[in-house]
Amino acid sequence: MRALGIILAGGKNERLRELTYKRAVAAMPIAGSYRAIDFSLSNMMNSGISKVAVVTQYNSRSLIEHLSSSKWWDFGRKHGGLYVFTPYITRDSSLWYRGTADAIHQNLSYLKDSHEPYAIVAQGDAVCKIDFNRVLEYHVEKRADITIVCARMEQELHRYGMVEVDEDNRIVEFEEKPVDPKGDIVSTGIYIIRRRLLIELIEACAKEERYDFVSDVIIRYRKQKRIYAYLHDDYWSSIASLPSYYQVNMDFLKRENRDKFFREYPTIMTKVEDEPPAKFNQGSRLSNSLCSSGCIINGQVDDSVLFRKVFVGRNSVVRNSIIMDGAYIGENCIVENCIVDSKSRISDGSVYITSGQGDIRVVSQKEQYTG
Amino acid sequence: MKKKEIIAMLLAGGQGSRLGVLTTHLAKPAVSFAGKYKIIDFALSNCINSGIDTVGVVTQYQPLQLNRHIGIGIPWDLDKSYGGVAILPPYVSKESNTWYTGTANAVYQNIPYVAYYNPEYVLILSGDHIYKMDYEMMLNYHKKRNADCTIAVIQVEPEEASRFGIINTDEENRIVAFEEKPKEPKSRMASMGIYIFKWKALREALVLSEANHDDSDFGKHIIPYLIEQKYRLFAYQYEGFWRDVGTLDAYWETNLELVGLVPDFNLYEAYWKIYTKNEILPPQYIAPGSYIEKCILGEGTEIYGSIYNCVIGSGVIVEAGAVVRDSILMSGVTVGEGTRIDKSIIGENTCIGKGVRMGEGEFRTNGEYPQIYVSDITVVGENSSVPDGVSIGKNCALYGQLVPEDFPEGRLESGSNRIKEEVEQ
Repeated sequence: MRALGIILAGGKNERLRELTYKRAVAAMPIAGSYRAIDFSLSNMMNSGISKVAVVTQYNSRSLIEHLSSSKWWDFGRKHGGLYVFTPYITRDSSLWYRGTADAIHQNLSYLKDSHEPYAIVAQGDAVCKIDFNRVLEYHVEKRADITIVCARMEQELHRYGMVEVDEDNRIVEFEEKPVDPKGDIVSTGIYIIRRRLLIELIEACAKEERYDFVSDVIIRYRKQKRIYAYLHDDYWSSIASLPSYYQVNMDFLKRENRDKFFREYPTIMTKVEDEPPAKFNQGSRLSNSLCSSGCIINGQVDDSVLFRKVFVGRNSVVRNSIIMDGAYIGENCIVENCIVDSKSRISDGSVYITSGQGDIRVVSQKEQYTG
Repeated sequence: MKKKEIIAMLLAGGQGSRLGVLTTHLAKPAVSFAGKYKIIDFALSNCINSGIDTVGVVTQYQPLQLNRHIGIGIPWDLDKSYGGVAILPPYVSKESNTWYTGTANAVYQNIPYVAYYNPEYVLILSGDHIYKMDYEMMLNYHKKRNADCTIAVIQVEPEEASRFGIINTDEENRIVAFEEKPKEPKSRMASMGIYIFKWKALREALVLSEANHDDSDFGKHIIPYLIEQKYRLFAYQYEGFWRDVGTLDAYWETNLELVGLVPDFNLYEAYWKIYTKNEILPPQYIAPGSYIEKCILGEGTEIYGSIYNCVIGSGVIVEAGAVVRDSILMSGVTVGEGTRIDKSIIGENTCIGKGVRMGEGEFRTNGEYPQIYVSDITVVGENSSVPDGVSIGKNCALYGQLVPEDFPEGRLESGSNRIKEEVEQ
């Protein structure tokens, strides 16, 4: 593969509420035993990209912990490897990353010291499966300066970067989070660009004290550069809001999605934990649920996603919920339409339900402490 | 000079012939246990948990799967620049080109491996027992008594004692006699096949025993020799859970013990983890309309049917309408729609067709192998397949790509076998 990878995983996201008080969005748990960044990392690895940098800033500890060893993704090679770039202080600068373009600029030596002709920039919070070889082929065929991987969306268009294309799929207009969305094509935040051009654009950007990749590079140069849209006609979701995070997890209760991501080669990789098998004791009743290793189930679980080491006590009912790693649910509890944060302790007889439809309640350890 | 205080030699060369078709193409230590694990994982995990980071795994019988499983030792953190895990198959040299002829001979032939680490002590283990043990405590005991050899022992029932190496000690736990599988055991203290030696003493005994015996063995030659020569041998009492899963019965029972509410052998303690080579697999999925009680399930397993009292490995699929009870399904098994399986052991990656009945009818003695298949458990080997719609009795052994023609009238009576050798790995 003639490209290196950059995964932007630094962003702060308030819409995930308590769940991202201590977690980077890219470290959000997905589908029982994965984390959001696994998808981008695996896509890169599976496309033959052997050198990847993860740029992180906000709550980076959770992410760094997950990326503690590049062994898990087979990145621990002599050639290439996995780099994690957090902000640092030098003689000339002591600033946090002021934006995505600035984050790349502060690590520009990574790009300058490489030899790969292309760079692929991806997001740490995108759940999708994509072969970058095909995107690169497309990029070369269109003689594009920048290729943006795009998807068609029906809802919540105002949350995305909207793209308008001509008949050749060249992008003629790009509007970030439009008030009045036109069309249905959105940017997934995955870009292919020649490495030298990226350096050039980022340096120009920095000189003018501009810091954001989307507004200061993509939108600013949309007319001057040949920017093309590559349509990804398959599953793609970002976990930008609580409902979308909830939905992404629930999507994995469908066999076709599990097959696509986890069984059809090449599959999504993650850090493996050494948990014992999931255990279902006398009295357990399960239906349409994912239940990861290390779980011990004594009660009833319906239409839910249980991460590792979850305990469900006798006569408890968990329904339409996401229960993260190591959560403990005592006896005679009801947990419905909830996202229970990792290591939360729900004492015997507790009831956590929501008022209305589509309402999701976040239950985190903190709530337990304050009563 | 670089050296290791203690290194372990793990004897994993045995076939485990009493496990029948389960060990047709793999050594006993490579047989699955508790769903996602292999039998050897317990000894390997004990080593690293006890702080022993240098392990030589002595292989001989069908080592391919064992090699693949251990690799460079990453799951056990045994991928080290000095030490770590090494696989030691038999080799050809100027003086000899023999297989390993006995347990002590196997270590004798690997003296250069041990000597490279110049250890003070050598721990000898066998790769076919299920237990958690802190070898460091045993080493401390060994050092404290300035022993030449310490043997871990466990109390067994008197009627079982004649199956083991039985040890007699004086009041200070010093070993005064050792009898291999005695007809009339004088004590209930059985050797667990776990020894710590002073390397100097072991080396002398290995060389001497090799000169006198063609099949130099720890139980038969080394230990009796050391006792005779008045070396200091001590017994180290072990009181935890320890099982030899060498027979199909013991294998089945020890597995099924794990599904108890709080089993004696608890895999769920955060302390003393058991490590294994984990495939990256999605979580276990339990479908609507399925039923699951008293089971343990490995990663990536999907249950659409009903399972009760089962130990199930990773990546298993039980299709809708299938009912599996009191059984062990190893990793990668698929069970077709409407199939019914009772008290069976199904080897890795085996495919059971639709509408199969297995474990039906009355118990009958196994015609061909009455010593191996002695209970009502039906066993299917790895990488095999059983065609749709056939009915199979109790105490049967099956292996290979079976086709409907292998089942006259679609049946296999209790106590009969269908074993086809040509199986693609």
